[in-house]
Amino acid sequence: MNENLKKNLIIGFKTNKLAIVGLVLIAIFSLAAILAPLYPVDPNQISLDRELFPCAAHPFGTDDMGRDYLARCIYGGRTSLLIGFMAMILSTAIGVLIGSISGFIGGWVDVVLMRIVDALMSLPTFLIMVVMNAYLSAGVKNVILIIGFLTWMSIARIVRGETLSLKEREYVVYSRISGESRFKVIFKHIIPNIMPTIIVSATINVAQAILMESALSFFGLGIIPPTSSWGSMLNSAQGKLMTSPYLAIFPGILILLTVISFNYLGEVLRKVYEPK
Amino acid sequence: MSDWNKNTSGTAQSDNLIEVKDLVVRFRQKSSKLFELKPAYFSAVDHVNFQVKRGETYGLVGESGSGKSTVGKAILRYHNPDSGNIFFDGTDITHLSEKELLPHRKKMQSVFQDPYSSLDPSMTVSEIICEPMEIHQLYTKKERKERAAELIETVGLTRKDLLKYPHEFSGGQRQRISIARALSIHPEFILCDEPISALDVSLQAQIVNMLEELQDRLGLTYLFISHQLQVVQKICDHLGVMYLGQLLETGSSEAIYGNPQHPYTRMLLSSMLEPDPDVHSLDAIIPDTGVQTYSGVGCKFANRCPYAKERCRMEIPSYYETEEEHQVACFLYEK
Repeated sequence: MNENLKKNLIIGFKTNKLAIVGLVLIAIFSLAAILAPLYPVDPNQISLDRELFPCAAHPFGTDDMGRDYLARCIYGGRTSLLIGFMAMILSTAIGVLIGSISGFIGGWVDVVLMRIVDALMSLPTFLIMVVMNAYLSAGVKNVILIIGFLTWMSIARIVRGETLSLKEREYVVYSRISGESRFKVIFKHIIPNIMPTIIVSATINVAQAILMESALSFFGLGIIPPTSSWGSMLNSAQGKLMTSPYLAIFPGILILLTVISFNYLGEVLRKVYEPK
Repeated sequence: MSDWNKNTSGTAQSDNLIEVKDLVVRFRQKSSKLFELKPAYFSAVDHVNFQVKRGETYGLVGESGSGKSTVGKAILRYHNPDSGNIFFDGTDITHLSEKELLPHRKKMQSVFQDPYSSLDPSMTVSEIICEPMEIHQLYTKKERKERAAELIETVGLTRKDLLKYPHEFSGGQRQRISIARALSIHPEFILCDEPISALDVSLQAQIVNMLEELQDRLGLTYLFISHQLQVVQKICDHLGVMYLGQLLETGSSEAIYGNPQHPYTRMLLSSMLEPDPDVHSLDAIIPDTGVQTYSGVGCKFANRCPYAKERCRMEIPSYYETEEEHQVACFLYEK
């Protein structure tokens, strides 16, 4: 399977050039986020050069407090990507666990869990986020928790569906007959075999989480200054669209590129894993 | 029914590795209603009795949908029986909890029909063969690997194959891996649920020969489920013919092949392909209407039986012993 998968991955990327661009961009953004401290400019260093247009000294210009905008974009990306990945890990973990238990155990457990999923899915996510935000203090950790706990439902549904078809496979029946416990069967036979599906949904989930964080921060509910994220930078750029449009353009483009990249990547992975 | 029970109670317990008494397994019928106060059930296994002697092969034959696999899986407690009892090695395992069942599970193993779904595609052959040993915590990790290597050679593959994945093997080879896996924990009993039905004919013979050879060497007991009569005839000592969840005829392999009595058994046997067109083992071919229906009362086979009388549709026939160890559930043999 591994050999085949490699071949299919290469074919998948070859036929979708945009996905290669996406992969490269994700790599660049991730590297920049990880290596941010190597960039010699302090993102919180205030100066008198306020709202400078992009120039040689400040490639992305400076903001209304004279802070270097490139440095802020890099650190903002750090926050946004961190939130995107952590929220993805959290929501995927919850979704996989709930989905596989629901599908494998079945019966009333399945009914209860799936009705919870239905209920959560029918609520407007963003509204709950805003309400939850009122109770929790703003900050990276809480934003991750809020997004993570509100975006696992679709993964749970997908995983449940896959589990339902896998649990009738004879190797699962065999394992149960041989005396393996239900939970071990889930971890040994179910999850490894739905990994492709999980990876695909996780990829798309990162993009979703980044968008949500941006939206939250844009409304001033997510990240609070001086920490920056791409969303909070958009928020502070609001009033200056006329005078310094680049303040909105740079983080906007970065969000756009990241989200598109993840979506293209997800698309290729989906095609590779589910060649239908 | 009474004749049958007399027979089971007369045998010594140590003689029978498995005893199935009055087993009923029911499944809930799917319905499109949102709420259902009285869900409909149908009996996949309907009051089945038989016993498997130690070291022997018991064959369950019947068309698909006759409930033979369900019987097998109920013995291994994959399906929980709705009534009746299953004795394994003298112990009633019908109502044991998973935990209490574990030591018994160590003595039972299974080989399934579909070689493409019976091995986890994400595991290597070595991991697959080691799985039951891990579940029962036998041996150290190193010893397990050594045992896996021994077993893979026992079933005619090579040590190099241990690191491969299931998709790299053919159907026959996969079935060999399944057998190696089943043997790994020294079981006494192996459920062979149509182990060769998905293989082509030349491979079928190989696998059957291997199963027979292993049985001689290791003293295994098999429950062999199949719809292929030729194969069953070769490997089984005793047979049970199932139809819609009920055993219609039981007896020794020779008795059933030499002197088939139930109209259904004769129908099955006459549908067997004979290599020589002039030879027909049976005097008359029983016409088959091919409808598997049951009206709810009477003999399960009545709707399809050319000899069905009024009585067959009203009463369930009990088992009539026509010769030593040969029982038929049909009014034709009422004394």
